Amino acid sequence: MKLTFLKALGTSAAISLMAASSVWATECIAPANPGGGWDFTCRQIGKILFDIGQVDAPVQVTNMAGAGGGLAFSTVVAERNEDADLIVAASSATTTRLAQKAFGDATADQVRFVGAIGGDPGVIVVAKDSPFQSLTDMVEAIKADPASVAFAGGSAAGGFDHMKPLQVLKAAGFNDITAVKYIGVDGGADAITQTVGGFTQAMTGDMSEIVGFIKSGEVRALAVLTEERVPGFEDIPTAKEQGYDVVAVNWRGLYVPGGISDADFQKWADRLQAVADSDEWKEAMAANGLAPFTKVGGDFQTWIDGVIAETADLSREIGVIQ
Amino acid sequence: MELFSNLALGFGVALSPLTLFLAVVGCFLGTIIGALPGLGPSNGVAILIPITFSLGLDATAALVLLTSVYYGAMYGGRISSILLNIPGDEPAMMTTLDGYPMAKNGRAGDALVISGVASFVGALLATLALALVAPYLARIAYKFGPAEYFALYALAFATLGGMASNNQAKAALASFIGLGIALIGLDNNSGFTRFTGGNLHLSDGVDFLVAIVGLFAVSEVFVFIETHGKSSAVGVKLGKVTVPWKDLWETRWTMLRSSAVGFIAGVLPGAGASLGSFMTYMMEKGIAGENGGFGSGAIKGVAAPEAGNNAAAGGALVPMLTLGVPGSGTTAVLLAVLMTLNITPGPTLFSDRPDVVWGLIASLLIANFVLLAMNVPMVKVFVKILMVPPAVLLPAVTMISFVGIYSLSGSYFDLVLMIAFGVMGYAFRKMDIPTVPVILGILLGYQMENNLRHAMTLSGGEWTYLFSSPIAAVLWIAAFLGFFAPVFLRRYLKKPQLIED
Repeated sequence: MKLTFLKALGTSAAISLMAASSVWATECIAPANPGGGWDFTCRQIGKILFDIGQVDAPVQVTNMAGAGGGLAFSTVVAERNEDADLIVAASSATTTRLAQKAFGDATADQVRFVGAIGGDPGVIVVAKDSPFQSLTDMVEAIKADPASVAFAGGSAAGGFDHMKPLQVLKAAGFNDITAVKYIGVDGGADAITQTVGGFTQAMTGDMSEIVGFIKSGEVRALAVLTEERVPGFEDIPTAKEQGYDVVAVNWRGLYVPGGISDADFQKWADRLQAVADSDEWKEAMAANGLAPFTKVGGDFQTWIDGVIAETADLSREIGVIQ
Repeated sequence: MELFSNLALGFGVALSPLTLFLAVVGCFLGTIIGALPGLGPSNGVAILIPITFSLGLDATAALVLLTSVYYGAMYGGRISSILLNIPGDEPAMMTTLDGYPMAKNGRAGDALVISGVASFVGALLATLALALVAPYLARIAYKFGPAEYFALYALAFATLGGMASNNQAKAALASFIGLGIALIGLDNNSGFTRFTGGNLHLSDGVDFLVAIVGLFAVSEVFVFIETHGKSSAVGVKLGKVTVPWKDLWETRWTMLRSSAVGFIAGVLPGAGASLGSFMTYMMEKGIAGENGGFGSGAIKGVAAPEAGNNAAAGGALVPMLTLGVPGSGTTAVLLAVLMTLNITPGPTLFSDRPDVVWGLIASLLIANFVLLAMNVPMVKVFVKILMVPPAVLLPAVTMISFVGIYSLSGSYFDLVLMIAFGVMGYAFRKMDIPTVPVILGILLGYQMENNLRHAMTLSGGEWTYLFSSPIAAVLWIAAFLGFFAPVFLRRYLKKPQLIED
């Protein structure tokens, strides 16, 4: 009997130890359950920071799922505002939700955005036997009958994946965007299976989500939403060159608590830059379909503010915020 | 044969002293993690991820360790289901229904051995099926759209009637409460939150693990306090532990059928192990009929869900490896590990990285035999847990539950919510309302609603779309039969016997 009890005690002690170890190590909060983009950001950046000697101990990754990142955001603002050893994974979803007031009253200026060091280019994809050969074919079909094309994406209605085709349609002069069908499923791979299965006519998502399916030839990408064609995927045309001036890149980066000193902020900016410049990160980006997208330090904050204002306008139009 | 050369490659990767050692460690840790309420396979694997990185394990070794933990936890979940009436993780929920009555009848050892062997059969067949047909089977996912998934969930709820309770109305009430709880959180189709009262902690909805630990473990504590331990679940009598060969032989078809159904449930990304164990239990209950004694300690009622959920665990690896679509919480975590190791699962994984795929399959086979060896002869060790006086055991279980739930999100709110579920579970017990349908409602409600609304979006509100494909139609027919057949057959059958508590 004693053995079991001790075992139980030991297990809980081990678990508490793991949780408590964050006291002395750098901590990276992934504001979602393991398995998503934020988790990837924390684990990759955390691993590389240690491997290239920017931090002394392995970075402790904490998964703090809740409210689409809002729980982590409000926890950082309320409880960890001056913690200089804390970084938090962020992406376009963070700014989209801040713009849509999805984190309650939280605003982007309550934390400091350190930078983005990679971007997952937005893509619009169809099944290989789709009648659409170009983005224009699809846009014209939607203009003729908005109900004829349904999109599947990995975010909820109003999320970043939903915004991408709407931005393209707006750029094409189509304004009845609430008539466009969109279903939000569990992630990009799920959205692809729905599209390959013929339940939806197109998938909107990130490049990293479609790499395997493009290689196996089950889907065709109609457009990538970047300034230039993506290295390694040169045969996929940009939306821009097809006449739709839309750039939508799901950047991967970090924010830190708002109350840390400028010196500490600069320290994190330098470390992040070091990760961006490392071969390990370039390898990780290539393997996961990320394109170089580096904006670190003060400029990044200005860029973020612009993105948030833009997203808020579009969100108002489709009715996800008043 | 290509299969054998592939397997040879796999075993070549997996059969090193280090990986064998990791498999044993993983299986042992997994069994313990699975048996502890609140700690399931998904957080068990998640907790170990940083350890694999700090040990500097390569891709194959890391995968061997983590999948051994995964399979181990699927085995371990049954132990606390049977001994304590508290499921160690969500797929083990159905095992409480007959496993615990068996333990109460003094057959705890038999229940553990039968469920251990059933787990082995389910997991082994699923792993073999994974090796043989994974690339072809992945195509099934393409056949399931919103209408088909909705019909599948409808089938699950249609067969709920009478489960774990003599009163169907109470089972229905419980499942509606579960479905209601599932509505809390972000409405995926409008982008707004619902029923959260502005609380950020609720905007992702209620985690079913919080509900399970609250409804089962915490409510157990309340009953224990009320009765000073007299009518509490813990402290069952112990029989002699032998291998019940006769019972094992009797359940051979149950195990095979359940493995097949569980595997298919696992392959469907929206279904997973919980649905697998539920479906197999209801199927076997239906086959056995009213005289099968389901709910009062039937051996088939223990074998079916365990074969089913372990087969589903193997099945869930099919869409994860071939499509990159995680079929369950744990495979989502494994997917994250693969991505961190710069391996991107998807349609080309089998041809791009055969070493990883076949190394994984070989290590699953190894883990499975290790687990059988660990779980059957070592049953005595686990049964010894029964000898701990409830006054020591229950506080320990409670403490672990709290730590486990806190480790999920690191939020105190979940702990409060868990206690609230405990109070609810206590009240339900007093009113003889079954708690399993509540969990099922929470587990499946979100996906069920989402798929219904997706179907309506795609069809422009045309309800006939739900019945428009052959797969959906067949599932609906099965659902209607499952729901109405007992109603019409009741007069010809004996009334189910009251379960003596």
